[in-house]
Amino acid sequence: MTKTIPDVICPFCGTLCDDLEVVVSDDGKQLLEVYNACVIGTEKFLHSQSKDRVTRPRMHQPDGTWKEVSYDDAVEYTAQMLAKAKKPLMYGWSSTNCEAQSVGNEIAEITRACCDNTAAVCHGTTLIAVQDIGLPSCTLGEIKNRADRVIFWGCNPAHAHPRHMSRYSIFPRGFFVGKGQMSRKMIVVDPRVTDTAKMADVHLQVEQGKDYELLNALRVAFKGEWLPDSVAGIPKEKIREAADMMKSGRFGIIFFGMGVTQSLGKNHNIDEAIAVTKDLNEYTKFSIMPMRGHYNVTGSGEVFAWQFGFPYAVDLTRGFARYNPGDTSTIDLLIRGEVDAMFTIGSDPGAHFPISAVKQFAHIPSVCIDPHLTPTSGVSKLHVPVAFNGVETGGNCYRMDNVPIDCRKVVEPPEGMLTDEQFLIKVRDRVRQLKGAA
Amino acid sequence: MSEYIIRNGHVFDPVQGIKGDQADVAIKDGKIVDKIGSGAKVIDAKGKTVMAGAVEIHAHIAGPKVNMGRIYRPEDKLFTCTPTKGMERMGGGNSIPTTFKTGYEYAKMGYTTAMEAAMPPLFSRHVHEEIRDTPIIDEGAFPVFGNNWFVLEYLKNKEVENTAAYIAWLIRVTKGFAVKVVNPGGTEAWAWGLNCLSVNDPVPYFDITPAEIVAGLIEANEYLGLPHSLHIHPNNLGNPGCYETTLDTLKLAEGFKAKSKFGREQVMHLTHAQFHSYGGTNWGDFESKAKEVTDYVNKNKNITIDIGQVTLDETTTMTADGPFEHHLTGLNNLKWANIDVELETGSGVVPYIYSPNISVCAIQWAIGQEIALMSKDPMRCYITTDHPNAGPFTRYPRVIKWLMSAKAREAQVNAFKHKDKVLSQTSIGTLDREISLYELAQMTRAGPAKSLGLASMCGGLKPGMDADVAVYNFNPDKPVANPDDIEKAFSRCAHVFKSGVEVVTNGEIVSNGHKRTLWVNAKVKDNPQVMRDINEKFLKYYSMTQANYEALGHHFVPNPYTIEVDAS
Repeated sequence: MTKTIPDVICPFCGTLCDDLEVVVSDDGKQLLEVYNACVIGTEKFLHSQSKDRVTRPRMHQPDGTWKEVSYDDAVEYTAQMLAKAKKPLMYGWSSTNCEAQSVGNEIAEITRACCDNTAAVCHGTTLIAVQDIGLPSCTLGEIKNRADRVIFWGCNPAHAHPRHMSRYSIFPRGFFVGKGQMSRKMIVVDPRVTDTAKMADVHLQVEQGKDYELLNALRVAFKGEWLPDSVAGIPKEKIREAADMMKSGRFGIIFFGMGVTQSLGKNHNIDEAIAVTKDLNEYTKFSIMPMRGHYNVTGSGEVFAWQFGFPYAVDLTRGFARYNPGDTSTIDLLIRGEVDAMFTIGSDPGAHFPISAVKQFAHIPSVCIDPHLTPTSGVSKLHVPVAFNGVETGGNCYRMDNVPIDCRKVVEPPEGMLTDEQFLIKVRDRVRQLKGAA
Repeated sequence: MSEYIIRNGHVFDPVQGIKGDQADVAIKDGKIVDKIGSGAKVIDAKGKTVMAGAVEIHAHIAGPKVNMGRIYRPEDKLFTCTPTKGMERMGGGNSIPTTFKTGYEYAKMGYTTAMEAAMPPLFSRHVHEEIRDTPIIDEGAFPVFGNNWFVLEYLKNKEVENTAAYIAWLIRVTKGFAVKVVNPGGTEAWAWGLNCLSVNDPVPYFDITPAEIVAGLIEANEYLGLPHSLHIHPNNLGNPGCYETTLDTLKLAEGFKAKSKFGREQVMHLTHAQFHSYGGTNWGDFESKAKEVTDYVNKNKNITIDIGQVTLDETTTMTADGPFEHHLTGLNNLKWANIDVELETGSGVVPYIYSPNISVCAIQWAIGQEIALMSKDPMRCYITTDHPNAGPFTRYPRVIKWLMSAKAREAQVNAFKHKDKVLSQTSIGTLDREISLYELAQMTRAGPAKSLGLASMCGGLKPGMDADVAVYNFNPDKPVANPDDIEKAFSRCAHVFKSGVEVVTNGEIVSNGHKRTLWVNAKVKDNPQVMRDINEKFLKYYSMTQANYEALGHHFVPNPYTIEVDAS
């Protein structure tokens, strides 16, 4: 006999789908099938069942091999490393729950660490822009029920957030948009003809790196002022067509992704995109939302903010929280060789950071907490595999629109494995002893 | 648990009618008691003021919009960050302090209970995570109902019983405390970029008026007999001439009588009355209508208010009144955040600088003072700053100074750049009333506790009540040489006890206490229609499933205090 668990939350991307059904064996130890999830989400659940999964912490040996150690040894190494370091870096947090993040923050406070999440390489620029100009936004259900103008700018949900369009933005029949996609106009801004762009009513194939110019031209077009014949490779007629389409809607939304946040202009692109949204609110109702990547990167920003006051790149070295991206942000700290211990959890900087930053891992003590084998676990001195959050343990997570959803545990982790939170609590208690903290 | 006896302090306790007499307060097992053994620890309060722990009836201290403020205002942290100290966690922020700092600052001023004034139901799990991380003080949160589709639809059809059943369900799943209404209908209109500026403006599509929403919710609230009454932020906030809308809203309470076993007498709590008492037709002829609003409130015993005092600081405004925040960003051109919430509500955040050099800000300051000073019944008029909207709650000691000292008020009026305009547009110059310590205890303790339906639990020092006690370094027998001494005394307590645990000594945190989350569990008759409607809305229109909606579990509400209400 098997059991079907309904309303399961998918711990993969910021879409945080919560309508999955998971079939597990009667004893709750084996996960057999996943329904309703996209192919990536399904794979994430099934991956937890792989037979060759690492289930115990491992230390990297001088000869390049790995030696299995106990969780207690791993706790001791991690605690010693953090306690001894002058400026430890605790990075990641985006693929774990808010409870683990909270414990991590306690450790960071005791050890005076630098804390950062994966916004460092994705929507950190968005946060800087939001700090400049604000953020008129809404929840995803508002888009489902009202949006008749949907703009995807520098993002490709067809592949990166596969169920976004079917759950929230394009296809659903909402309260005020009863005909689903027939009720909505879709604009895609992307230099490539992506699978998302192929679906669009209007595809603005912007020249690479010219997003700021195009956004600015839209603001000019809203006001009906003069435009040159083409801006960012788009003829002015097409810009005016897009501008009129945006203005004529009842409720619009701009979704944006890495294509604008990490290309030329960075936070300035987002400044301008938010200004576009603000302008449009003079004519109709418009919102804007970052397409957050990891399923709980948003939550990490929230927890940092209510505990330390800043959403990412927090430096506690001086005993109180400081925030100065470029100075206190992870990649910059690593490249300048300022940190003397590297703690990674719930992310894979080894695969995504510049090589000059990743090389630093080799020079300093490093721990990677991750259920998977990743480039980061490969270059870290200690790899601590943990239970899959959202599969083998629950915990609160925040969707891309900041809506919190409590993840579910659907199967037991392999015997004797700890969760992120359990491991961190042990580290915290040991660090407290070492530091003589209250 | 430790036993304490606080000896020879000047006790001010409206619950027992004690007006500054020297008396002892004994604490045992977390409660105030009559007598105590000789082993109790003695706290010498000679020459000091002793009151119950203060009760905050309206502040924005936890949840999505508060955290949006923290995220998007790094500048608010400038020069405010405090390091880890003993058991005290790191803190930071001025108008939107971090959760730890929020708890510590309240406790240091002698506050032991606080209400988060607007919880978007969809975000209840977020609100509760922040409440969990706010140490010491007991907290409850008010879910917002005034723009909720269920409420709009039921009340359109005059289905009060269904509305009540829905309220009971939502308060239970969100672990909420009371029925909050913000700009009824207006925030739903804002989803289309519109607003409802009077109580008779129909809500787009739903075709119901704010007046019908408010009256219906009062009826439903009394049907349930919840501890607190309807808690309302009316339409048309902050606009010149808005007092007429306020009076129209207050009149909706006429004819309703409180039906609650929790001892409250009001059926409507008007919050931040200052923002709703403006006359004039534009910012040039902007004037106070505090008298009109206060006169009405004085005459009608079924209404309580809090003032929403402007503190003349740089702050961060945040409200579920989405259209107002858009209007405000148009006025001051500072950064605007907006969060519309599906089927339920919306909100906005905009920084604001209340400058004493701007006549409107100075008049706003005066209106807050007028409301407090013109109110005849201190048990029905409470001190707030609508934190952080009119100013941060950390300014309460200063607000107390202004209210207790005409000299301090006069000095402030004289410091305004447009003093003459303040005097001509308000009546602040004619008010010489000074709030007494007894009245202060009514306005910050017994009054709000009674209004919230918590009168048997907190806000007083009667034996049997929770041992929430604040001891201030303030000697009521000595004349006040300098009004600033009042501010200083109320900034940092000599001792604070929360549920019998000493949490503050000499202005320093000595314990993180046993913080509780207060919530109301209202039982109603099984209502299959409402359950079916809820089910249908989740299937069709919400972006999450019903099964994941509830704030459930230890990590959200680790230490609940459940108030049971039986309306079945």
